[in-house]
Amino acid sequence: MSRRTSPGRANCTPDAGGTLERREGMAKLTGRERYVDDLPVGDHLWGATVRSPCARGRIRSIEFGPGVDWSKFTIVTAEDIPGRNAVFLMEYDQPALAEDRVRHVHEPVVLLAHPSRDVVRRAASLVTVHVDPEPAVLDFCAAPTPDRIQCGDDNVFKHILIEKGDVESALAAAPIVVEGEYFTGAQEHVYLETQGMLAHVEDGVVVIRGSMQCPYYVVKALKPLLGCDESGLRVIQTATGGGFGGKEEYPSTIAAHAALLTLKSGRPVKLVYDRWEDMAVTTKRHPARIRHRTGVDEAGRLLAQDVEIVLDGGAYVTLSPVVLSRAVIHAGGPYACDNVRIDGRAVLTNAVPFGAFRGFGAPQAFFGLERHMDVVAARLGLDPAELRRRNLIRDGQSTATSQTIRDGVDREEVLDLALRMSRWAERRAEVERHNASDPLVKRGLGLATFHHGAGFTGNGEVVLESVVHVAGTPDGGVEVRAASVEMGQGTTTIFTQLAADRLGLDPDLVAIAQPDTHRVPNSGPSVASRTAMVVGHLVERACDDLRRRLGLGDEARGEAVSAAIRAWHDGRSDASAELVGEAVYVQPAHIDWDEDTYRGDAYGAFAWAAYVAEVEVDLRTCETRVTDFVAVQEVGRVLNQTLARGQIQGGVAQAISWALLEDFRWKDGAMQNAQLTNYIIPTSDDLPRIRVAFLEVPYEHGAQGAKGIGELPMDGPAPAIANAVAHALGVGAERIPLTPERLLTELERQAGAARRAAS
Amino acid sequence: MKTTVHAGDLPATGPAITVRFRLNGADVALDVDPAERLLETLRYRLGLTGTKEGCAEGECGACTVHVDGVPANSCLVLTFQVEGRDVESVESLDAAALAPFLAGGATQCGACTPGVVMTAAWVVGHPELLETHRIRELMAGNLCRCTGYDGIVESVEAALPAADET
Amino acid sequence: MRVRFAETAAEAYAMLADDPSIVPLAGGTDLLVHWPDRHAAHDATYLDLGRVAGLRTHRWTDDALLIGATTTYWDLIRDPRTSSKLPLLVEAGRLVGAVQIQSRGTWAGNIVNASPAADGVPVLMAYDAVVVLESVDGREEVPLADFYQGYKEMRRTGRQLVREIRVPLRERRNQTFHKVGSRRAQAIAKVGLATLEADDGWRVVAASLAPTVRRCRAVEALLDAGEPLGGPDDLLPALRSDVSPIDDIRSTAVYREQVAARLLYYGPASGRPGPTDT
Repeated sequence: MSRRTSPGRANCTPDAGGTLERREGMAKLTGRERYVDDLPVGDHLWGATVRSPCARGRIRSIEFGPGVDWSKFTIVTAEDIPGRNAVFLMEYDQPALAEDRVRHVHEPVVLLAHPSRDVVRRAASLVTVHVDPEPAVLDFCAAPTPDRIQCGDDNVFKHILIEKGDVESALAAAPIVVEGEYFTGAQEHVYLETQGMLAHVEDGVVVIRGSMQCPYYVVKALKPLLGCDESGLRVIQTATGGGFGGKEEYPSTIAAHAALLTLKSGRPVKLVYDRWEDMAVTTKRHPARIRHRTGVDEAGRLLAQDVEIVLDGGAYVTLSPVVLSRAVIHAGGPYACDNVRIDGRAVLTNAVPFGAFRGFGAPQAFFGLERHMDVVAARLGLDPAELRRRNLIRDGQSTATSQTIRDGVDREEVLDLALRMSRWAERRAEVERHNASDPLVKRGLGLATFHHGAGFTGNGEVVLESVVHVAGTPDGGVEVRAASVEMGQGTTTIFTQLAADRLGLDPDLVAIAQPDTHRVPNSGPSVASRTAMVVGHLVERACDDLRRRLGLGDEARGEAVSAAIRAWHDGRSDASAELVGEAVYVQPAHIDWDEDTYRGDAYGAFAWAAYVAEVEVDLRTCETRVTDFVAVQEVGRVLNQTLARGQIQGGVAQAISWALLEDFRWKDGAMQNAQLTNYIIPTSDDLPRIRVAFLEVPYEHGAQGAKGIGELPMDGPAPAIANAVAHALGVGAERIPLTPERLLTELERQAGAARRAAS
Repeated sequence: MKTTVHAGDLPATGPAITVRFRLNGADVALDVDPAERLLETLRYRLGLTGTKEGCAEGECGACTVHVDGVPANSCLVLTFQVEGRDVESVESLDAAALAPFLAGGATQCGACTPGVVMTAAWVVGHPELLETHRIRELMAGNLCRCTGYDGIVESVEAALPAADET
Repeated sequence: MRVRFAETAAEAYAMLADDPSIVPLAGGTDLLVHWPDRHAAHDATYLDLGRVAGLRTHRWTDDALLIGATTTYWDLIRDPRTSSKLPLLVEAGRLVGAVQIQSRGTWAGNIVNASPAADGVPVLMAYDAVVVLESVDGREEVPLADFYQGYKEMRRTGRQLVREIRVPLRERRNQTFHKVGSRRAQAIAKVGLATLEADDGWRVVAASLAPTVRRCRAVEALLDAGEPLGGPDDLLPALRSDVSPIDDIRSTAVYREQVAARLLYYGPASGRPGPTDT
């Protein structure tokens, strides 16, 4: 198959996917879209944050430097917190401002506000937090000494065990057992809009505006902090310049700080991070160590998978237990194996807190698994594609959590399309011939097959109880009201499309309400690849409910609906009366999950994928370049070709970057390279064209048959690239990022070992 | 146009400097602080918030404007330096000309987008650049974290007069 | 912060003579990095070269290119004569940041910023460029290869302005410039290496391997001798006498040394065409 001229349109049903253009796209292209730092505010103060200088210790004193008239500043410390000093999401463990001790470097201690942004920044650098240091945990893999124990007796704050069959017996009986150990590094989100919040008080209500994924998480965090209820707190999302998980939990901290400063000063306060602060202090992807012990027979059939995953849990719990959960659930991969044990632990350390990041633990799990599958294939002398083919789940077989898959997806077809598009067998042979004759430039092809569960895990969606409203407006149109945010992934466009299709309306008659907790119901967080599939389906059902409230049948569409809406409004003398259709989440009957045993239906649906990377490694510089990339996936029905393709290409790019470029330089728990000059993400000239194809098997419980798509592309590229590098060089690539420096060291080490073995 | 100072967030670092230049086709005369960057002048003094600050170190290109017709990072230009120059910001672009970028998926979150379209508009307006440069090289000064760049590169190709890049 | 403005070079020289602590400012692409946090830099006095007439033009003579004090990378990249006569200037210029930097950054600014990782300096040095300094005291010419005396130390007094850079035109072969950065564009060099062969022998100039960009005279002598080498490691003794790479936030000493040796071995030392000769 030749290179496609129209990636993304390959192999799709011709009419699949809407063609609606991004609704807010022109505002973004022309620079009219207003992000939080763009909002004009009269008479406001700028906030700044004073932070801990070290990773762990007791605060001895706070010194306000000489030469500054501190009476000109609003100064907030933990003493100023009216309610409980915590940024609550899962636990109350993380203070909004440290009181007597600090648990990580850059932990917030003091807040300042002043009319001048420049002055407040200079002033913050003149406040010193004196800390008596205590021994810190900075290596999550090392056993902690007693003076470093900060949780239980081993610092493990979450442990999950998945068991299926009898792993020990199966391993003992297996003719071949292959072991491997893999490491993945931290990753910074680098959304292009840094985080920021604007807070003020209006009629006794604290109003927060800013860049965020989850308006109701901010409400949840600030209620106990401020000691108020929902009516005293209003959270409004402003245009959000990227999130990727980085604006899932951390915005609550910035919102808390802005709220405290506005309450103390009585003035609006803007707290906008610059790039250094955003990179150095906000959450990142959890580093991980993944170990595999895999039993196979000579034909390559998986007999047993014994997997151990350890996450660096960082200094506070944040969402780490859930990240760990997703990691272990995916760690067995899209393979049928009767004997599986997956042991996952999250370890408390004194690193800057780690949190949500696209993929949410699954990318770490898949790096270990899919790299390991190639190690197994090499041991068996099998083509890596063939090993995977022999083990891919067929309908009727089950995953590691004993979830029986019966979704009608032909996972072999997904694999086959990726192999065809990449000309797998031919190219593998071609590059092997090339490598035999070129001593300096080596090429390789690598593969990963994987899956990603859409929506919250297990009963998570039931707990969320998401609600969506669709209101009829006097012009005969509708307004979709949900807390799900647009952050670039296309929520506004998808919701428009879904409501317009459901009611037969022109898209121009569909408005999407700006997420505002005093106007929209809680449709849950904009995370976990759930917005289009889960919330989108609620949009459809709320449209149905609206139609019912109008006394219309399900067949009523277009002008019939519009006319009924207009008539409803015309008949009301009360202009504030509202016509609102509502939908509340109902779990599909087929989902059966046991949270205690971690057994059952972890997700209502999985997306399935096979990715192939082709790389070139220059042995003079040890630089690795991805020269071709094929991403084939089955994601249910594709709702919008342009948006779906963009999600896949962007996710692949972010994962290529994680695999090759994004190298955290830590020193005493602090990120040393917190700037875009030294923390490297790719430019347009560093990436190949990313070729995308979709297979579509509609999922009946997703909006128009859609499944989740946003996180999937983060899972496969890193192992596909590491496998390609291993193919090119014949050496292991078990740790990412695969920087040139790391590859040089590894090549030298293996060459040294070979020399020693020969002599 | 003569604009008054309202940027309370910019404390004086020295005696103000009068600077006259063309901005989006109109003559501008301003008294600016010596340390004031063009980015700040546009955003906080003139309210032209389409130009974004992404890194303050000339890496990300979100603050790209044209100075005398060529892209420049406005975070790395002091405002007094544009004396007599012709400056254009994203607000000068014609929305109709941006249609290929909407159709091609060149924008997602939008934070890098004004800078991206400023560089792209320059490329589209100077197709002769493609005799010596590739689109991906010319666009390399604009970091994007959402699209993986294909949507941007293909939009530039689509917007070129004779969309035939080799 | 104070800024002085001059309309002519003579006025500028007078200002610098009056106060040699004044910092001449051209494109500003180095000075302005993280500007809001560089409080000390806000307290200095600058001389804006942008308003001085005649500094930006570059001229070609029969035997030299004269690069003006504020000639930008982009000015030379877009001049077709540069590609044919001094191709490494185009190579290197295109690797400086991206076009947004190339359009503002200047060759002279790259020299006096004196970064060990400079992209423009290695190729200028390999081309035997001469720094032409002017002041009220007159004119002084310093070969670029002798310009640096230590980290950020150079043979320019505060009274002097880099008036132009003279690049002699002569026969040169096997011209290559390698910039090994952490990505293709928008990168700071981890290793920079300009190599070429002139009638009187090789030029090998390294960046990011020492406190200054510098000529590697021992490596040049090795190449000039033409003795066959067994592998990259055979270059290490000469390389180690020329440069002293370090570990820093961007790379490691081992990587820098190894890569430099390999690029030299597989490039000029083996007669293999470098990537820029294709």
